[in-house]
Amino acid sequence: MNRTPRKYVFSKGVDQYFIDVHKAYKFVGRFFREAFKAPFHWREIINQCFEIGLKSLPLITLTGFVTGIVFTMQSRPSLAEFGATSWLPSLISIAIVRALASLVTALICAGKVGSSIGAELGSMRVTEQIDAMEVSAINPFKYLVTTRVIACTVTVPILGLYCGFVALMGSYFSVHAKEATSLVSFFNNGFSTITFLDIFSSLLKSTVFGFTIGMIGCYKGYNAVQGTVGVGRAANQAVVLAMFLVFIEEVVIVQMANWIRYY
Amino acid sequence: MEEQLQQNGEPVIEIRGLYKSFGDLHILKDINLDVFKGENMVVLGRSGAGKSVLIKILAGLLPPDQGVVKVLGQHVDQLKGKELDALRLRIGFSFQNSALYDSMSVRQNLEFPLKMNLRKLSKPDINNAVEEVLDAVGLLDKMDRMPSDLSGGQRKRIGIARTLILKPEIMLYDEPTSGLDPITSEEINDLINEVREKYNTSSIIITHDLTCAKMTNDRVAMLLEGQFVKVGTFEEVFESDNAQVKSFYNYNFIQQ
Repeated sequence: MNRTPRKYVFSKGVDQYFIDVHKAYKFVGRFFREAFKAPFHWREIINQCFEIGLKSLPLITLTGFVTGIVFTMQSRPSLAEFGATSWLPSLISIAIVRALASLVTALICAGKVGSSIGAELGSMRVTEQIDAMEVSAINPFKYLVTTRVIACTVTVPILGLYCGFVALMGSYFSVHAKEATSLVSFFNNGFSTITFLDIFSSLLKSTVFGFTIGMIGCYKGYNAVQGTVGVGRAANQAVVLAMFLVFIEEVVIVQMANWIRYY
Repeated sequence: MEEQLQQNGEPVIEIRGLYKSFGDLHILKDINLDVFKGENMVVLGRSGAGKSVLIKILAGLLPPDQGVVKVLGQHVDQLKGKELDALRLRIGFSFQNSALYDSMSVRQNLEFPLKMNLRKLSKPDINNAVEEVLDAVGLLDKMDRMPSDLSGGQRKRIGIARTLILKPEIMLYDEPTSGLDPITSEEINDLINEVREKYNTSSIIITHDLTCAKMTNDRVAMLLEGQFVKVGTFEEVFESDNAQVKSFYNYNFIQQ
Protein backbone atom coordinates (compact mmCIF):
# COMPACT_ATOMS: atom_id res chain seq x y z
CA MET A 1 0.00 0.00 0.00
CA ASN A 2 1.41 3.38 -1.01
CA ARG A 3 0.39 6.81 0.16
CA THR A 4 0.31 9.85 -2.06
CA PRO A 5 0.13 13.36 -0.54
CA ARG A 6 -3.40 14.78 -0.47
CA LYS A 7 -4.34 18.24 -1.74
CA TYR A 8 -7.08 20.33 -0.06
CA VAL A 9 -9.15 23.14 -1.60
CA PHE A 10 -9.02 25.29 1.58
CA SER A 11 -7.72 23.24 4.51
CA LYS A 12 -8.47 19.81 5.93
CA GLY A 13 -11.01 21.16 8.45
CA VAL A 14 -12.85 23.53 6.08
CA ASP A 15 -12.99 20.91 3.31
CA GLN A 16 -14.35 18.36 5.77
CA TYR A 17 -17.02 20.82 6.98
CA PHE A 18 -18.37 21.29 3.45
CA ILE A 19 -18.19 17.55 2.80
CA ASP A 20 -20.24 16.93 6.00
CA VAL A 21 -22.85 19.54 5.02
CA HIS A 22 -23.18 17.93 1.58
CA LYS A 23 -23.48 14.46 3.15
CA ALA A 24 -26.22 15.66 5.54
CA TYR A 25 -28.07 17.34 2.66
CA LYS A 26 -27.94 14.13 0.63
CA PHE A 27 -29.08 12.09 3.64
CA VAL A 28 -32.17 14.26 4.18
CA GLY A 29 -32.89 14.26 0.44
CA ARG A 30 -32.68 10.48 0.36
CA PHE A 31 -35.14 10.29 3.27
CA PHE A 32 -37.78 12.22 1.31
CA ARG A 33 -37.19 10.08 -1.79
CA GLU A 34 -37.45 6.79 0.14
CA ALA A 35 -40.28 7.81 2.52
CA PHE A 36 -42.88 8.14 -0.25
CA LYS A 37 -41.82 5.09 -2.24
CA ALA A 38 -43.18 1.53 -1.73
CA PRO A 39 -42.66 -0.81 0.03
CA PHE A 40 -43.79 0.77 3.30
CA HIS A 41 -42.67 -1.00 6.46
CA TRP A 42 -45.83 -0.26 8.49
CA ARG A 43 -45.14 -2.91 11.09
CA GLU A 44 -41.68 -1.48 11.81
CA ILE A 45 -43.06 2.09 11.93
CA ILE A 46 -45.67 1.01 14.51
CA ASN A 47 -43.01 -0.90 16.42
CA GLN A 48 -40.78 2.20 16.50
CA CYS A 49 -43.72 4.42 17.57
CA PHE A 50 -44.22 2.01 20.46
CA GLU A 51 -40.49 2.08 21.32
CA ILE A 52 -40.27 5.87 21.13
CA GLY A 53 -43.68 6.75 22.53
CA LEU A 54 -44.59 4.29 25.19
CA LYS A 55 -41.13 3.97 26.63
CA SER A 56 -40.73 7.77 26.94
CA LEU A 57 -44.12 8.12 28.62
CA PRO A 58 -43.05 7.74 32.31
CA LEU A 59 -40.27 10.33 31.92
CA ILE A 60 -42.52 12.76 30.02
CA THR A 61 -45.23 12.34 32.67
CA LEU A 62 -42.82 13.10 35.50
CA THR A 63 -41.10 16.09 33.86
CA GLY A 64 -44.39 17.53 32.56
CA PHE A 65 -46.05 17.27 35.95
CA VAL A 66 -43.07 18.78 37.79
CA THR A 67 -42.78 21.58 35.21
CA GLY A 68 -46.46 22.49 35.77
CA ILE A 69 -46.14 22.51 39.57
CA VAL A 70 -42.83 24.40 39.71
CA PHE A 71 -43.82 26.99 37.11
CA THR A 72 -47.04 27.72 39.00
CA MET A 73 -45.23 27.93 42.35
CA GLN A 74 -42.62 30.30 40.92
CA SER A 75 -45.15 32.53 39.14
CA ARG A 76 -47.53 32.90 42.10
CA PRO A 77 -45.49 35.42 44.21
CA SER A 78 -45.06 37.83 41.28
CA LEU A 79 -48.80 37.77 40.46
CA ALA A 80 -49.74 37.93 44.18
CA GLU A 81 -47.90 41.26 44.48
CA PHE A 82 -50.46 42.75 42.07
CA GLY A 83 -53.35 40.76 43.53
CA ALA A 84 -53.65 38.98 40.20
CA THR A 85 -53.41 35.29 41.21
CA SER A 86 -56.67 34.70 39.33
CA TRP A 87 -54.60 35.14 36.18
CA LEU A 88 -52.44 32.14 37.08
CA PRO A 89 -54.36 29.56 34.96
CA SER A 90 -54.22 31.68 31.80
CA LEU A 91 -50.58 32.66 32.34
CA ILE A 92 -49.55 29.05 32.91
CA SER A 93 -51.63 27.80 29.97
CA ILE A 94 -50.01 30.28 27.61
CA ALA A 95 -46.52 29.34 28.82
CA ILE A 96 -47.18 25.61 28.64
CA VAL A 97 -49.07 25.48 25.34
CA ARG A 98 -46.95 28.03 23.48
CA ALA A 99 -43.51 26.98 24.71
CA LEU A 100 -42.92 24.58 27.58
CA ALA A 101 -44.80 21.42 26.53
CA SER A 102 -43.16 21.09 23.13
CA LEU A 103 -39.75 22.18 24.37
CA VAL A 104 -39.67 19.89 27.42
CA THR A 105 -40.88 16.95 25.29
CA ALA A 106 -38.28 17.66 22.62
CA LEU A 107 -35.42 17.87 25.12
CA ILE A 108 -36.49 14.65 26.86
CA CYS A 109 -36.84 12.86 23.50
CA ALA A 110 -33.52 14.24 22.22
CA GLY A 111 -31.84 12.75 25.30
CA LYS A 112 -33.70 9.46 25.42
CA VAL A 113 -34.72 8.68 21.85
CA GLY A 114 -31.97 10.52 19.93
CA SER A 115 -29.19 8.82 21.87
CA SER A 116 -30.78 5.38 21.63
CA ILE A 117 -31.27 5.68 17.84
CA GLY A 118 -27.70 6.99 17.43
CA ALA A 119 -26.25 4.15 19.50
CA GLU A 120 -28.42 1.42 17.95
CA LEU A 121 -27.72 2.37 14.35
CA GLY A 122 -24.09 3.13 15.20
CA SER A 123 -23.54 -0.33 16.63
CA MET A 124 -25.37 -1.88 13.66
CA ARG A 125 -23.02 0.02 11.35
CA VAL A 126 -19.76 -0.96 13.09
CA THR A 127 -20.79 -4.62 13.49
CA GLU A 128 -21.65 -4.75 9.75
CA GLN A 129 -25.35 -5.47 10.39
CA ILE A 130 -26.27 -2.64 7.99
CA ASP A 131 -23.96 -4.13 5.34
CA ALA A 132 -25.58 -7.53 6.00
CA MET A 133 -28.99 -6.04 5.18
CA GLU A 134 -27.64 -4.49 2.01
CA VAL A 135 -26.12 -7.74 0.72
CA SER A 136 -29.42 -9.51 1.45
CA ALA A 137 -31.04 -7.08 -1.04
CA ILE A 138 -32.81 -5.24 1.79
CA ASN A 139 -32.67 -1.45 1.69
CA PRO A 140 -31.26 -0.61 5.16
CA PHE A 141 -31.94 3.12 4.75
CA LYS A 142 -35.61 2.47 4.15
CA TYR A 143 -35.97 -0.17 6.85
CA LEU A 144 -33.95 1.58 9.56
CA VAL A 145 -33.89 5.32 8.81
CA THR A 146 -37.25 6.15 7.24
CA THR A 147 -39.18 4.10 9.80
CA ARG A 148 -37.45 5.75 12.77
CA VAL A 149 -37.71 9.29 11.40
CA ILE A 150 -41.41 8.84 10.55
CA ALA A 151 -42.07 7.31 13.98
CA CYS A 152 -40.31 10.25 15.71
CA THR A 153 -42.16 12.82 13.58
CA VAL A 154 -45.53 11.23 14.44
CA THR A 155 -44.87 10.39 18.08
CA VAL A 156 -43.18 13.53 19.43
CA PRO A 157 -46.22 15.83 18.73
CA ILE A 158 -48.50 13.30 20.46
CA LEU A 159 -46.10 13.21 23.42
CA GLY A 160 -46.03 17.03 23.33
CA LEU A 161 -49.83 17.21 23.63
CA TYR A 162 -49.73 14.68 26.46
CA CYS A 163 -46.94 16.61 28.20
CA GLY A 164 -49.00 19.81 27.95
CA PHE A 165 -52.01 18.09 29.52
CA VAL A 166 -49.94 16.62 32.37
CA ALA A 167 -48.21 19.97 32.99
CA LEU A 168 -51.61 21.71 33.19
CA MET A 169 -52.78 19.03 35.64
CA GLY A 170 -49.65 19.67 37.74
CA SER A 171 -50.40 23.37 37.63
CA TYR A 172 -54.02 22.73 38.63
CA PHE A 173 -52.93 20.75 41.71
CA SER A 174 -50.57 23.56 42.65
CA VAL A 175 -53.33 26.16 42.26
CA HIS A 176 -55.88 23.94 44.01
CA ALA A 177 -53.57 23.56 47.02
CA LYS A 178 -53.87 27.30 47.74
CA GLU A 179 -57.27 28.21 46.32
CA ALA A 180 -60.61 26.45 45.97
CA THR A 181 -60.50 26.47 42.15
CA SER A 182 -62.38 23.65 40.40
CA LEU A 183 -60.81 21.70 37.53
CA VAL A 184 -63.47 22.97 35.10
CA SER A 185 -63.00 26.64 36.00
CA PHE A 186 -59.18 26.21 35.89
CA PHE A 187 -59.35 24.87 32.34
CA ASN A 188 -62.04 27.39 31.33
CA ASN A 189 -59.89 30.24 32.57
CA GLY A 190 -56.72 28.74 31.12
CA PHE A 191 -58.07 28.07 27.64
CA SER A 192 -59.90 31.41 27.38
CA THR A 193 -56.64 32.98 26.21
CA ILE A 194 -55.44 30.08 24.05
CA THR A 195 -56.06 30.44 20.33
CA PHE A 196 -55.99 27.98 17.46
CA LEU A 197 -52.68 29.51 16.36
CA ASP A 198 -51.14 28.66 19.76
CA ILE A 199 -52.10 25.00 19.49
CA PHE A 200 -51.22 24.81 15.80
CA SER A 201 -47.77 26.39 16.27
CA SER A 202 -47.10 24.12 19.25
CA LEU A 203 -48.00 21.03 17.19
CA LEU A 204 -45.95 22.30 14.25
CA LYS A 205 -42.97 22.85 16.55
CA SER A 206 -43.28 19.34 18.02
CA THR A 207 -43.51 17.84 14.53
CA VAL A 208 -40.36 19.70 13.41
CA PHE A 209 -38.59 18.73 16.66
CA GLY A 210 -39.56 15.08 16.20
CA PHE A 211 -38.29 15.07 12.62
CA THR A 212 -35.04 16.73 13.73
CA ILE A 213 -34.43 14.31 16.62
CA GLY A 214 -35.09 11.25 14.43
CA MET A 215 -33.06 12.56 11.52
CA ILE A 216 -30.02 13.58 13.59
CA GLY A 217 -30.04 10.30 15.55
CA CYS A 218 -30.26 8.28 12.33
CA TYR A 219 -27.67 10.39 10.48
CA LYS A 220 -25.09 10.12 13.25
CA GLY A 221 -25.72 6.41 13.84
CA TYR A 222 -25.91 5.43 10.17
CA ASN A 223 -22.59 7.15 9.44
CA ALA A 224 -20.77 5.96 12.59
CA VAL A 225 -17.15 4.92 12.11
CA GLN A 226 -14.23 3.66 14.22
CA GLY A 227 -15.76 0.84 16.24
CA THR A 228 -17.16 1.20 19.74
CA VAL A 229 -15.67 4.70 20.14
CA GLY A 230 -17.67 5.72 17.07
CA VAL A 231 -20.88 4.31 18.60
CA GLY A 232 -20.42 6.42 21.76
CA ARG A 233 -19.58 9.46 19.67
CA ALA A 234 -22.65 8.95 17.46
CA ALA A 235 -24.96 8.74 20.49
CA ASN A 236 -23.38 11.80 22.09
CA GLN A 237 -23.40 13.92 18.94
CA ALA A 238 -27.01 12.90 18.23
CA VAL A 239 -28.11 14.38 21.56
CA VAL A 240 -25.98 17.54 21.47
CA LEU A 241 -26.77 18.44 17.86
CA ALA A 242 -30.49 17.64 18.20
CA MET A 243 -30.80 19.84 21.33
CA PHE A 244 -28.92 22.68 19.63
CA LEU A 245 -31.16 22.50 16.54
CA VAL A 246 -34.31 22.26 18.67
CA PHE A 247 -33.49 25.61 20.29
CA ILE A 248 -32.73 27.22 16.92
CA GLU A 249 -36.01 25.90 15.48
CA GLU A 250 -37.90 27.07 18.58
CA VAL A 251 -36.70 30.64 18.00
CA VAL A 252 -37.53 30.56 14.29
CA ILE A 253 -41.03 29.07 14.70
CA VAL A 254 -41.91 31.43 17.59
CA GLN A 255 -40.89 34.37 15.40
CA MET A 256 -43.07 33.07 12.58
CA ALA A 257 -46.07 32.51 14.91
CA ASN A 258 -45.69 35.98 16.41
CA TRP A 259 -45.46 37.50 12.95
CA ILE A 260 -48.76 35.80 11.99
CA ARG A 261 -50.34 36.75 15.36
CA TYR A 262 -49.57 40.47 15.22
CA TYR A 263 -49.71 41.30 11.52
CA MET B 1 -6.02 -26.90 -12.87
CA GLU B 2 -7.33 -23.69 -14.49
CA GLU B 3 -7.84 -25.50 -17.82
CA GLN B 4 -9.91 -28.13 -16.02
CA LEU B 5 -12.04 -25.43 -14.39
CA GLN B 6 -12.43 -23.56 -17.67
CA GLN B 7 -14.21 -26.62 -19.03
CA ASN B 8 -17.05 -25.69 -16.66
CA GLY B 9 -17.71 -22.68 -18.90
CA GLU B 10 -17.55 -18.93 -18.35
CA PRO B 11 -16.18 -17.67 -15.04
CA VAL B 12 -18.90 -16.70 -12.54
CA ILE B 13 -16.61 -13.97 -11.20
CA GLU B 14 -14.30 -12.05 -13.51
CA ILE B 15 -12.02 -9.26 -12.29
CA ARG B 16 -9.77 -7.29 -14.64
CA GLY B 17 -7.45 -4.40 -13.78
CA LEU B 18 -9.17 -3.59 -10.46
CA TYR B 19 -7.87 -0.61 -8.47
CA LYS B 20 -9.19 0.64 -5.14
CA SER B 21 -7.90 3.40 -2.86
CA PHE B 22 -9.18 5.06 0.29
CA GLY B 23 -8.02 8.65 0.10
CA ASP B 24 -4.27 8.48 -0.31
CA LEU B 25 -4.09 4.82 0.72
CA HIS B 26 -3.83 2.48 -2.28
CA ILE B 27 -5.34 -0.88 -1.29
CA LEU B 28 -5.81 -2.86 -4.51
CA LYS B 29 -3.56 -2.37 -7.53
CA ASP B 30 -4.30 -4.07 -10.83
CA ILE B 31 -6.16 -7.12 -9.53
CA ASN B 32 -7.04 -9.84 -12.06
CA LEU B 33 -8.95 -12.98 -11.08
CA ASP B 34 -11.36 -15.56 -12.49
CA VAL B 35 -13.54 -17.83 -10.37
CA PHE B 36 -15.29 -20.66 -12.20
CA LYS B 37 -18.57 -22.39 -11.51
CA GLY B 38 -18.41 -24.79 -8.57
CA GLU B 39 -14.94 -23.62 -7.58
CA ASN B 40 -13.73 -22.72 -4.09
CA MET B 41 -11.20 -19.90 -4.52
CA VAL B 42 -9.24 -19.04 -1.39
CA VAL B 43 -7.77 -15.52 -1.20
CA LEU B 44 -4.87 -15.43 1.22
CA GLY B 45 -3.11 -12.36 2.48
CA ARG B 46 -1.91 -10.33 5.42
CA SER B 47 -4.30 -8.37 7.64
CA GLY B 48 -5.08 -5.08 5.92
CA ALA B 49 -4.01 -6.40 2.52
CA GLY B 50 -7.42 -5.55 1.04
CA LYS B 51 -8.99 -9.03 1.02
CA SER B 52 -12.25 -7.88 2.61
CA VAL B 53 -12.31 -4.81 0.35
CA LEU B 54 -12.12 -7.16 -2.65
CA ILE B 55 -15.24 -9.15 -1.69
CA LYS B 56 -17.10 -6.00 -0.63
CA ILE B 57 -16.53 -4.69 -4.17
CA LEU B 58 -17.88 -8.00 -5.53
CA ALA B 59 -21.05 -7.63 -3.41
CA GLY B 60 -21.51 -4.02 -4.53
CA LEU B 61 -20.86 -2.63 -1.04
CA LEU B 62 -17.88 -0.60 -2.27
CA PRO B 63 -17.36 0.90 -5.73
CA PRO B 64 -14.12 0.13 -7.58
CA ASP B 65 -11.94 3.08 -8.62
CA GLN B 66 -11.02 1.44 -11.91
CA GLY B 67 -11.33 -1.91 -13.67
CA VAL B 68 -13.90 -4.49 -14.68
CA VAL B 69 -15.78 -6.47 -12.02
CA LYS B 70 -18.24 -8.99 -13.47
CA VAL B 71 -20.29 -11.26 -11.24
CA LEU B 72 -22.58 -13.82 -12.90
CA GLY B 73 -22.02 -11.97 -16.17
CA GLN B 74 -23.04 -8.54 -14.85
CA HIS B 75 -20.90 -5.47 -14.20
CA VAL B 76 -21.50 -4.97 -10.46
CA ASP B 77 -20.36 -1.34 -10.40
CA GLN B 78 -22.82 -0.39 -13.16
CA LEU B 79 -25.88 -1.89 -11.44
CA LYS B 80 -28.25 0.16 -9.33
CA GLY B 81 -31.50 -0.30 -7.41
CA LYS B 82 -33.53 -3.35 -8.35
CA GLU B 83 -30.92 -4.75 -10.75
CA LEU B 84 -28.28 -4.71 -8.01
CA ASP B 85 -30.73 -6.25 -5.53
CA ALA B 86 -31.56 -9.02 -8.02
CA LEU B 87 -27.85 -9.84 -8.32
CA ARG B 88 -27.34 -9.68 -4.56
CA LEU B 89 -30.05 -12.30 -4.09
CA ARG B 90 -27.75 -14.65 -6.02
CA ILE B 91 -24.74 -13.84 -3.80
CA GLY B 92 -24.32 -14.96 -0.19
CA PHE B 93 -22.01 -13.00 2.09
CA SER B 94 -20.76 -14.46 5.35
CA PHE B 95 -19.31 -11.65 7.48
CA GLN B 96 -16.19 -11.90 9.62
CA ASN B 97 -18.16 -11.20 12.82
CA SER B 98 -21.30 -12.95 11.53
CA ALA B 99 -23.28 -9.63 11.58
CA LEU B 100 -26.38 -11.26 13.07
CA TYR B 101 -29.15 -8.79 13.93
CA ASP B 102 -28.82 -8.43 17.71
CA SER B 103 -32.43 -7.42 18.28
CA MET B 104 -33.83 -10.51 16.54
CA SER B 105 -33.88 -14.18 17.53
CA VAL B 106 -32.16 -16.80 15.34
CA ARG B 107 -35.51 -17.61 13.70
CA GLN B 108 -36.21 -13.91 13.00
CA ASN B 109 -32.68 -13.44 11.64
CA LEU B 110 -33.30 -16.24 9.14
CA GLU B 111 -36.85 -15.17 8.28
CA PHE B 112 -35.90 -11.53 7.74
CA PRO B 113 -34.29 -11.80 4.25
CA LEU B 114 -37.09 -14.12 3.10
CA LYS B 115 -39.92 -11.89 4.34
CA MET B 116 -38.32 -8.77 2.89
CA ASN B 117 -37.55 -10.24 -0.53
CA LEU B 118 -40.25 -12.85 -1.11
CA ARG B 119 -43.31 -11.14 0.32
CA LYS B 120 -45.79 -13.66 -1.05
CA LEU B 121 -44.19 -16.62 0.72
CA SER B 122 -46.60 -18.38 3.11
CA LYS B 123 -45.83 -18.95 6.80
CA PRO B 124 -45.38 -22.76 6.37
CA ASP B 125 -42.99 -22.18 3.44
CA ILE B 126 -40.94 -19.76 5.55
CA ASN B 127 -40.85 -22.23 8.46
CA ASN B 128 -39.72 -25.03 6.15
CA ALA B 129 -36.95 -22.86 4.67
CA VAL B 130 -35.74 -21.87 8.15
CA GLU B 131 -35.71 -25.47 9.35
CA GLU B 132 -33.92 -26.64 6.20
CA VAL B 133 -31.01 -24.20 6.52
CA LEU B 134 -30.72 -24.65 10.29
CA ASP B 135 -30.56 -28.38 9.70
CA ALA B 136 -27.89 -27.83 7.03
CA VAL B 137 -25.68 -25.99 9.55
CA GLY B 138 -26.57 -28.42 12.37
CA LEU B 139 -28.21 -25.92 14.72
CA LEU B 140 -31.89 -26.81 14.55
CA ASP B 141 -32.13 -26.68 18.35
CA LYS B 142 -31.01 -23.02 18.53
CA MET B 143 -33.95 -21.64 16.57
CA ASP B 144 -35.45 -19.52 19.33
CA ARG B 145 -32.21 -18.35 20.94
CA MET B 146 -30.94 -14.78 20.74
CA PRO B 147 -27.58 -14.21 18.96
CA SER B 148 -26.02 -13.07 22.25
CA ASP B 149 -26.68 -16.57 23.70
CA LEU B 150 -24.62 -18.28 20.97
CA SER B 151 -20.92 -19.13 20.85
CA GLY B 152 -18.62 -17.67 18.16
CA GLY B 153 -18.80 -20.85 16.06
CA GLN B 154 -22.58 -21.05 16.35
CA ARG B 155 -22.90 -17.40 15.31
CA LYS B 156 -20.76 -18.14 12.24
CA ARG B 157 -22.99 -21.08 11.34
CA ILE B 158 -26.16 -19.03 11.74
CA GLY B 159 -24.57 -16.27 9.63
CA ILE B 160 -23.91 -18.83 6.89
CA ALA B 161 -27.45 -20.24 7.27
CA ARG B 162 -28.90 -16.74 6.85
CA THR B 163 -27.14 -16.38 3.51
CA LEU B 164 -28.08 -19.92 2.39
CA ILE B 165 -31.79 -19.29 2.93
CA LEU B 166 -31.87 -17.25 -0.29
CA LYS B 167 -30.20 -20.13 -2.19
CA PRO B 168 -27.22 -18.16 -3.52
CA GLU B 169 -25.11 -19.25 -6.48
CA ILE B 170 -21.96 -17.59 -5.11
CA MET B 171 -20.77 -17.57 -1.50
CA LEU B 172 -18.32 -14.97 -0.21
CA TYR B 173 -16.77 -15.94 3.13
CA ASP B 174 -14.92 -13.22 5.03
CA GLU B 175 -12.44 -14.83 7.47
CA PRO B 176 -14.72 -17.79 8.28
CA THR B 177 -12.42 -19.23 10.97
CA SER B 178 -11.06 -16.08 12.61
CA GLY B 179 -11.34 -16.09 16.39
CA LEU B 180 -12.39 -19.74 16.55
CA ASP B 181 -10.65 -22.67 18.26
CA PRO B 182 -9.09 -25.36 16.00
CA ILE B 183 -11.93 -27.87 16.43
CA THR B 184 -14.66 -25.34 15.64
CA SER B 185 -12.53 -24.02 12.75
CA GLU B 186 -12.42 -27.52 11.32
CA GLU B 187 -16.20 -27.81 11.62
CA ILE B 188 -16.61 -24.52 9.74
CA ASN B 189 -14.18 -25.70 7.04
CA ASP B 190 -16.24 -28.90 6.65
CA LEU B 191 -19.41 -26.80 6.50
CA ILE B 192 -17.95 -24.67 3.67
CA ASN B 193 -17.29 -27.86 1.68
CA GLU B 194 -20.74 -29.28 2.52
CA VAL B 195 -22.40 -26.05 1.39
CA ARG B 196 -20.64 -26.28 -1.95
CA GLU B 197 -21.80 -29.88 -2.44
CA LYS B 198 -25.36 -29.41 -1.22
CA TYR B 199 -26.12 -25.99 -2.74
CA ASN B 200 -23.76 -26.22 -5.73
CA THR B 201 -22.18 -22.84 -4.97
CA SER B 202 -18.99 -21.21 -6.20
CA SER B 203 -17.10 -19.50 -3.39
CA ILE B 204 -14.44 -16.98 -2.54
CA ILE B 205 -12.97 -17.64 0.89
CA ILE B 206 -10.99 -14.79 2.39
CA THR B 207 -8.62 -15.96 5.10
CA HIS B 208 -5.13 -15.88 6.54
CA ASP B 209 -5.62 -19.32 8.10
CA LEU B 210 -3.65 -21.79 5.97
CA THR B 211 -5.43 -24.82 7.45
CA CYS B 212 -8.73 -23.35 6.31
CA ALA B 213 -7.18 -22.62 2.91
CA LYS B 214 -5.80 -26.14 2.59
CA MET B 215 -9.10 -27.81 3.58
CA THR B 216 -11.39 -25.74 1.39
CA ASN B 217 -9.41 -24.68 -1.67
CA ASP B 218 -9.55 -25.68 -5.30
CA ARG B 219 -7.24 -22.79 -6.03
CA VAL B 220 -5.45 -20.21 -3.91
CA ALA B 221 -4.69 -16.58 -4.77
CA MET B 222 -1.99 -14.90 -2.69
CA LEU B 223 -2.61 -11.17 -2.18
CA LEU B 224 0.44 -9.16 -1.16
CA GLU B 225 0.98 -5.40 -1.37
CA GLY B 226 -2.35 -4.95 -3.17
CA GLN B 227 -1.57 -7.45 -5.95
CA PHE B 228 -1.92 -11.19 -6.52
CA VAL B 229 1.63 -12.53 -6.50
CA LYS B 230 0.57 -16.09 -7.30
CA VAL B 231 -2.66 -17.89 -8.26
CA GLY B 232 -2.81 -21.68 -8.45
CA THR B 233 -3.28 -24.80 -6.38
CA PHE B 234 -2.16 -24.69 -2.74
CA GLU B 235 1.04 -26.57 -3.59
CA GLU B 236 1.80 -24.38 -6.62
CA VAL B 237 1.43 -21.17 -4.61
CA PHE B 238 3.66 -22.30 -1.75
CA GLU B 239 6.38 -23.66 -4.03
CA SER B 240 7.09 -19.97 -4.71
CA ASP B 241 10.46 -18.44 -3.85
CA ASN B 242 8.82 -15.20 -2.70
CA ALA B 243 10.08 -14.47 0.83
CA GLN B 244 6.73 -13.19 2.08
CA VAL B 245 4.90 -16.25 0.75
CA LYS B 246 7.46 -18.49 2.43
CA SER B 247 7.18 -16.71 5.76
CA PHE B 248 3.37 -16.89 5.51
CA TYR B 249 3.64 -20.66 5.12
CA ASN B 250 6.31 -21.15 7.77
CA TYR B 251 4.34 -19.26 10.41
CA ASN B 252 1.28 -21.46 9.90
CA PHE B 253 3.03 -24.81 9.40
CA ILE B 254 6.20 -24.58 11.44
CA GLN B 255 8.94 -26.58 9.71
CA GLN B 256 10.97 -28.77 12.03
